[in-house]
Amino acid sequence: MSILVYTENWDGKFKKFSFELVSYAAAVAKQRGTTVTALSIGKVADSELEKLSTYGTKKVLSITDDRFNSLDNKAMSKAIVAAAKAEGAKIIVLAHNNLGKALAPRVAVRIQAGLETGVVALPVSYDPFIVKKKVFTGKAFAEVKLNTEFKVITLAQNSFEPVELKNSETIETFDPQVTDSDFTTTVKETNKVTGKVLLTDAEIVVSGGRGMKSGDNWGGLEEMADLLGAGMACSRPVSDEGWRSHTEHVGQTGKIIAPNLYLAFGISGAIQHLGGVSSSKVIVAVNKDKEAPIFEAADYGIVGDVFTVIPQMIEAIKEMKS
Amino acid sequence: MKILVLISNVPDTTTKIRFKADNTAFDDAGVQWIINPWDELALTRAVELKEVGGVSHITVANVGTSSTEPTLRKALAVGADDAIRVDVEARDAFEVATQLATIAKDYDLIMAGIEASDYNGSAVGGMLAELLDIASVSAVSGVKVDGGNLIFNREIDGGSQVLSVTTPVVAIVQKGIAKEPRIPAMRGIMMARKKELKVVAPVSAEDRTSFVKFELPPKKAACKMVAEDNAKELVRLLHEEAKVL
Repeated sequence: MSILVYTENWDGKFKKFSFELVSYAAAVAKQRGTTVTALSIGKVADSELEKLSTYGTKKVLSITDDRFNSLDNKAMSKAIVAAAKAEGAKIIVLAHNNLGKALAPRVAVRIQAGLETGVVALPVSYDPFIVKKKVFTGKAFAEVKLNTEFKVITLAQNSFEPVELKNSETIETFDPQVTDSDFTTTVKETNKVTGKVLLTDAEIVVSGGRGMKSGDNWGGLEEMADLLGAGMACSRPVSDEGWRSHTEHVGQTGKIIAPNLYLAFGISGAIQHLGGVSSSKVIVAVNKDKEAPIFEAADYGIVGDVFTVIPQMIEAIKEMKS
Repeated sequence: MKILVLISNVPDTTTKIRFKADNTAFDDAGVQWIINPWDELALTRAVELKEVGGVSHITVANVGTSSTEPTLRKALAVGADDAIRVDVEARDAFEVATQLATIAKDYDLIMAGIEASDYNGSAVGGMLAELLDIASVSAVSGVKVDGGNLIFNREIDGGSQVLSVTTPVVAIVQKGIAKEPRIPAMRGIMMARKKELKVVAPVSAEDRTSFVKFELPPKKAACKMVAEDNAKELVRLLHEEAKVL
């Protein structure tokens, strides 16, 4: 009765989030006196799969069937449940990201499990099985009891630090027991974002709001993001105005992020915006209005004009880096 | 093509969150209720699809007590043709999905928001698809009708995809699916009063999860302020004190 963790790959590579999941599962397994099995779907080299053992997997089940390239939710969920049954896993851990959110509910129904999504810490207790998650988009926490024998959880990003362990694993090819009729979606086109730091992966995020005044004034923030290897984000009015793409909108109805450092320029900090960024480790606010609510959520702040402060910060960052 | 839009009844997103009964329940005293923002965008897109042709009927559905009816009426005012309410309190995602599965069978496209803004579950849409044993596509930021198929834009972690899917399908939608939520016009509000809001009895369903308790996040320490002309000091603090640069 191992713990099963689904480790997603991106073009054959794992990301830090995958290792967070494995470390989390390893900590749960240790408390339960069992081991971690990872399921990998897609073509991943053995040398990459072995990296998972560094974080605590004992076994990796690998599915390399090309039909899964479409990320078909129905077929993938079926495969995950087949792996859980083969391993006798009662606890299944997925990432709380686009794919994990899509698969976990299907997996839970299929294996008759209770589901809790966006879990932020190790279980509060195992008997009864209670986990902690954020609710009301970061405005509160809840402890939730899973009343079922099988449990499915998705782990929020950046809520568990990867821990390197000395471990070794076995890699097995796994037959997911799916048929062509399980594949229900056809991919017509795939566009990968290249050369940019992904907002959801970024350790540092540079973000602008209405105080940037127009879509033409973002050169400074882009330069700062380049210098810091940061992702770019914006508040809702900015994406509504079309100054930036809606894919950069962070907040209650946009993306929820949790970087180490969130730099907010010209963002007043409406409660809906704070809901999307409040899990950031450190928040910095630059705003001309000293009453702006963003300063209540921020750790460091400057009351002032963004167009004065941004060039100064760029200079100071360059100096620090040199 | 017939569309079913799932509607969650949630507190207005500016609500100050409080709990009652020894922090075991949400305190809904004085709360304004709204259509879950993502469900509202889904409904807006459904209405747009109907306007351009190819969609014959839009139903909205909610699992909840009679207190959720004003929210369903608002959805009718936005442009749904009729509404269904399963008459039971929404307690758990599996319970809600089980109720919805009894009324969702005759639709080609079922649309759900990517999460509800209250308990942030991200669960009902996917559970419903599995219960109905049909396709689901999540993180959908665009949909159009293409004959008997649907074309979806979907965000993946690290890019986007265009998919073609045969109906029936559950689309779990996010920001981008419609530009802005549609505000009901006076004519829509008048017409909504006459549209059918069917109340159906619940089936027996299992609660697989239950809330134990709630808590508010700890209060943050005061913000450390730096002078406007001293951005250099800010960078130094981030580097040396906070150690995040």
